[in-house]
Amino acid sequence: MSEVTETNIPSGTRREQFAEFWFYFKENRGAVIGLAVFVLVVIAAVLAPVLSPFDPDAQYRDALLAAPMTDSAHGHFWLGTDAVGRDLLSRLLYGARYSLFIGVVVVVLSLSVGVILGLLAGWFGGWVDTIIMRVMDVILAFPSLLLALVFVAILGPGLTNAMIAIALVMQPHFARLTRAAVLSEKNKDYVMAARVAGAGNMRLMFRTVLPNCLAPLIVQATLSFSNAILDAAALGFLGLGAQPPTPEWGTMLSEAREFILRAWWVVTFPGLAILISVLAINLMGDGLRDALDPKLKRS
Amino acid sequence: MIRFFIGKILWLIPTLIGITIVAFGFVRVLPGDPVLLMAGERGLSPERHAELTHQLGFDRPIWVQYGEFLWRVLHGDLGESLVTHKPIIHEFFTLFPATLELGLCAMILAVAIGVPVGVLAAIKRGSWFDQVTMGSALVGYSMPIFWWGLLLIILFSGVLHWTPVSGRISLMYYFPNGTGFMIWDAIASGQKGALSSALSHLILPSIVLATIPLAVIARQTRSAMLEVLGEDYVRTARAKGMPPRRVIGIHALRNAMIPVITTIGLQVGMLMAGAILTETIFSWPGIGKWMVDSISRRDYPAVQGGLLLIAVIVMVVNLIVDLLYGLINPRIRHR
Repeated sequence: MSEVTETNIPSGTRREQFAEFWFYFKENRGAVIGLAVFVLVVIAAVLAPVLSPFDPDAQYRDALLAAPMTDSAHGHFWLGTDAVGRDLLSRLLYGARYSLFIGVVVVVLSLSVGVILGLLAGWFGGWVDTIIMRVMDVILAFPSLLLALVFVAILGPGLTNAMIAIALVMQPHFARLTRAAVLSEKNKDYVMAARVAGAGNMRLMFRTVLPNCLAPLIVQATLSFSNAILDAAALGFLGLGAQPPTPEWGTMLSEAREFILRAWWVVTFPGLAILISVLAINLMGDGLRDALDPKLKRS
Repeated sequence: MIRFFIGKILWLIPTLIGITIVAFGFVRVLPGDPVLLMAGERGLSPERHAELTHQLGFDRPIWVQYGEFLWRVLHGDLGESLVTHKPIIHEFFTLFPATLELGLCAMILAVAIGVPVGVLAAIKRGSWFDQVTMGSALVGYSMPIFWWGLLLIILFSGVLHWTPVSGRISLMYYFPNGTGFMIWDAIASGQKGALSSALSHLILPSIVLATIPLAVIARQTRSAMLEVLGEDYVRTARAKGMPPRRVIGIHALRNAMIPVITTIGLQVGMLMAGAILTETIFSWPGIGKWMVDSISRRDYPAVQGGLLLIAVIVMVVNLIVDLLYGLINPRIRHR
C-alpha cells in the first residue's frame, strides 16, 4: 500500500510542476512564439528531404545566381540559386539539420563535462575546488570565439572539431553555475538527512543535490544552444567550421561573401535563417528563465 | 581598501600563469612535429629542420622550454613572426590602436544608446517603447554580426553609396608618423577631408561591433533599474515629494549603475571576439584580422603571442572594472 502512495506522489507532483511551469511559460507571449518557431525549424530539419524541392548539392549550371522566384527548366527556385547554381531553399532546409545538430552536440558535451566538474568542485571543496575552478578561470580569461578559433587551428578545420572547440569554451559556464548551486544546496537539511540515511558521495551528488540545481542549468543550456549555433556559424564563416559543400548556414555565408553586391539573396537568406533560429531559442530562454527561476526573473 | 585592491591583484597571478601555460602549450599540443607544421607545405631540409628545432628550443625538456618561454615573456619578448620576421610584440602594438579605436567607438555607441534606452524602458515599463526597444535588443543580442555587417555593406555601400566598403581611411591620405589612431592622426594632420574620410570608414564597423554589447547593456540597465525602482529608498524619496527626475537621476540611476558597470566591463571580452569577425568583414587592419590571418598562414608564434596578449589585456580590463566596482560599491569592499 505504502509503495502505491509513494509512486503516486512523485508523478502527481511532476505533473503539477509541469502545469505550473507551463502556466508561467505561456504568460510570456514572446516565449510561446519562440517555441512555435523553434518547432517549425525542427520540422524543417526533420522533413528536409521531403520539403526540399531540389537536391541541396545539385548544381544547375544554366541557372547560376538566379534571383528568387525564378522559373527554370528544372523547376521553381523560390529563394534563388547560389554562385554554382544550387537551390538556396533546399540548402537552407538541410542547413537547419546542421544547426540543430551542432546545438545539441555542443550543449550535451559542455553540459555533461561542466556539470561533473562543477559537482566535484562544489561537493568536495578544498584543493579539488581550487584546481578545477582555476582552470575554468583560465578558459574564461580568453574571449570565447578566439579560443575556439585557436583550438580549431590546432585540431584542424571541420564541423566536428568546431563543435568540440565550442563545447570546450562553453563548459566553464556550466561548471560555475553547478558549483554555485551545489554550494548553496549541500548544507541543507535534506542532504544531511540523505547522508544520515547512508547515501554515498555519488548518490548524494547526482541523485540528491543535482536535481535541485537544474533550473539555472536548463536556462544556461538554452542560451548555450543559441550561442553554439552562432559560434559554429561564425567559425564556418571564417572558413574553419563546416567545410564546403556542406550546406551549413555560416559556411554558405562565407561562400556568398564575394557576391554581396551582385546577388543580395545569397547573403540575406542564410543569415536570416541563423537570426530567426537564434532569436526563437533566445525568446524561449527568456520564458524558461521566468518560469523556472523566479529569483532570476526580469519582472 | 588597499587590502581589497592587493587581494584582487594577487588573485590574478594563478590565472596569469594558467594563461601562459595555455599559450605555451598551444604550439606543443599540435599533432605532429611543430617545426614541420610551421614550415607548411614548403617542407624543410633535414639540416634546416635540426637547426630550427634547436633554435626554437624543441630539443630541450618541456619544463625547461616553458621556463624559457616565461622568462622571455616577462622580458617582453614574444618571438618573431614566421611570415614577416618582425618581433611579434611590435606587430601586435602596431595594429592594436586600430582595434582599440574601433572598440572604443563601439563601446561609446553601446553605452550612449544602451543606458538611456534601458532607463527609459524601465520607467515606461509595459509601454510600446519598452516593448519595441526590448524586442529590438533581443534581436540585436541574437544577431550573427558577420551577416549584419554584410547587410549594412549591401545597403550603405552598395545601394546608397554613403560609406566605403573597407579599410580605415581613403588612400588619398597617409600619415607616416601617425599614432595609429586614425581619427586623431586625421585631425592632427590638418588635411582637408581626412577626418570625414576616417569617420566614414569607422561608422559601419562601429555599428556592427556595438550591436551585441548595446543589446546586453540595454537589457541589463532596464532590469537593474526596475529592481532599484522597487526599493524602499526610492519610494521614500518619492513620498517626501522629490521631483521624479531627481528620484531617478540621483537615487535610482546611481544604484542601478553598479551592475551595469560590471556588464560593461564584461563586454570587453565580447568586443575582442566581435573584433575578429568585424575586422575580417571590413578588412580593418587590427588585431582580430591579424589573428585570423596568422591562423590561416600557420604563423604559430604570432597566434601564440596574440593569444597571450589579448587574454592579458582582457584580464587587466576586467581587473580595473572589479576595482571600480569595489570603489563605487562599499558593500563589496567590506565583505
